[in-house]
Amino acid sequence: MLTFTLSFKNLMGNGKRTWLNVSVLSVAFVVIVFFNGLLDGWNKQAETDTIAWETGYGRLSHPLYDPYDPYTLADAHGIPGLPQEVIAGEQALPILVAQASAYPNGRLVNIMLKGIDPAQSLLALPSRWLDSLPEGIRETTIPAIIGKRMAESAGLEAGDRTVIRWRDVNGTFDAREVTIAGIFRTNVPTVDAGQLWIPLETLRQMTGMYKETTYFVIGEELAGSSLWIGDKAGYGKWDYTPLEVLMEDIENVVEAKKGGMMVISALLLCIALLAIFDTQVLSIFRRQKEIGTYMALGMTRAKVITVFTIEGTIHALLAILLGAVWGIPLLALLRNYGIPMPDMSDQAGLAIGDRVIPAYSMLMILSTVLLVVITSLIVSYMPARKIAKMQPTQALKGKLV
Amino acid sequence: MTDNEIVTLRDLYKRFSAGKGLLTALRDINLTFGKGEFSGIVGPSGSGKTTLLNIIGSLDTPTEGTATVLGKQTGDLSQKEAAALRNHGIGFIFQTYNLLPVYSIYENVEFALLLQKTPARERKERVMESLQWVGLADRAQSRPATLSGGECQRVAIARSIVKRPALILADEPSANLDSVNTHHILKTMKQLNRELGTTFLFSTHDEKVMQHLDRIIYLKDGSVEKDELC
Repeated sequence: MLTFTLSFKNLMGNGKRTWLNVSVLSVAFVVIVFFNGLLDGWNKQAETDTIAWETGYGRLSHPLYDPYDPYTLADAHGIPGLPQEVIAGEQALPILVAQASAYPNGRLVNIMLKGIDPAQSLLALPSRWLDSLPEGIRETTIPAIIGKRMAESAGLEAGDRTVIRWRDVNGTFDAREVTIAGIFRTNVPTVDAGQLWIPLETLRQMTGMYKETTYFVIGEELAGSSLWIGDKAGYGKWDYTPLEVLMEDIENVVEAKKGGMMVISALLLCIALLAIFDTQVLSIFRRQKEIGTYMALGMTRAKVITVFTIEGTIHALLAILLGAVWGIPLLALLRNYGIPMPDMSDQAGLAIGDRVIPAYSMLMILSTVLLVVITSLIVSYMPARKIAKMQPTQALKGKLV
Repeated sequence: MTDNEIVTLRDLYKRFSAGKGLLTALRDINLTFGKGEFSGIVGPSGSGKTTLLNIIGSLDTPTEGTATVLGKQTGDLSQKEAAALRNHGIGFIFQTYNLLPVYSIYENVEFALLLQKTPARERKERVMESLQWVGLADRAQSRPATLSGGECQRVAIARSIVKRPALILADEPSANLDSVNTHHILKTMKQLNRELGTTFLFSTHDEKVMQHLDRIIYLKDGSVEKDELC
């Protein structure tokens, strides 16, 4: 207690220098919490949106289907061996995928045709719009919905018509006109860019892949069933990919971004710690006489080192308190309103909303507190070790104090 | 060493390295200081007064010979044991007072007792008693920066006496004081010496201090030149 009190009083005695260090460290502390919160929030939002718009809680795909290789699509379709009650339970949403070309405004655009049940409710895609075309148009063209990104890149608007060309199951080219029934906004670029969603049955007829499917999006209830635990034969030897695996890509991207942001955080922290280190070095140089006095009064060297180490570490504790005073209202405000993201930010490669809502978990805050305290303790201890080599008689001859 | 002896120095040498050679700061010192003495080591600058006081105060160790202080050979003590000896047995009064600037007068005096882990109630009594001895009880909550040099030195005396040490070492205590303050602090120290039986050992070259001493040891070039009772 004596060492702590003495350290605290010494620190307060340093006046402005202490508060300058504390302020810089508090900025570093709040910024680290903010960055981590932003990334965690982004990660959470990306996962939630991806589940809602694209993956559901699992995917049952044709054994030949590779989402990263469009050449597999020609063969990656079939009639799955899923039990009828599973299909009827609306927990397995069939999607058929085919390669195609579109000719919007006279340009050639390679697209992915995706067939989806207009009545589905498993994904957030507004597939009901596919049934919204007025009679007359519905009979002559294929209704399609596209995302905002696709609409912008192809120069299409709701109500526009464009020709698409595809190959059926026998490899024969065919072409028809589609009408854009609606343009949806989504944070998930992978259901938007280069994709055209049409009714599932229409695509099946167009391609001759009657009753066939490329993959199923699995709902939450079915994802938790024991069906996936046993032999693959239970679900027609297709490949079941659980949610954790589907989310790996998102997590990898977020982790990569976290690395970049950690560098910025580390730089900020280093600046703050450098200030503490400098203060400690200066303090030990200037306060030699005081150190000598402590020794003369009967303090052991170890205890004097402890006083100076605690003195430096209290910077961190004060910074956390100060950071809490101005950081909590600021971070709470940002959590309420979210961080606006620029238009181009969805090119980051994963779902990102117009605003990212930061998520501050207790674990993240506590680990940041621990990081700041431990690093401060280390940089405070390093210069304080010099005291161990100091002779009391030399220290008492110090010039100042 | 008899029970009455507080400090015994035998064949004591202290050498420092100076450039390529060695500088002998103290040579063949043989001295004994008894309980309740009010003695001074006198000599010009560089004669070895402070070095001798540092060795007695276990802040330094002899190169040769032995220094036995309160029954302990300072040269054989570990850092921790030397710190304990200083904490419990020896009080220091420095030329520049060496008060802790961030502490109040009360806290400065209390500091040594905190190191000894003295209970709070006893601590308070002893601190106030010490401050009353030096006439600064009413300034207990002041900061050292607000005191005059004489008052600071009186706080240093209170700080050294509060733990009731057997020995107080005062290194040039009057160097920064005028004659009135010098007289005042020496009167206080003499009174404490008489009332508590504390041994005082000064290093000084101040005539005003010498007038109050009972025994003066003259040092010249690190050797005892004269040892006389006054």
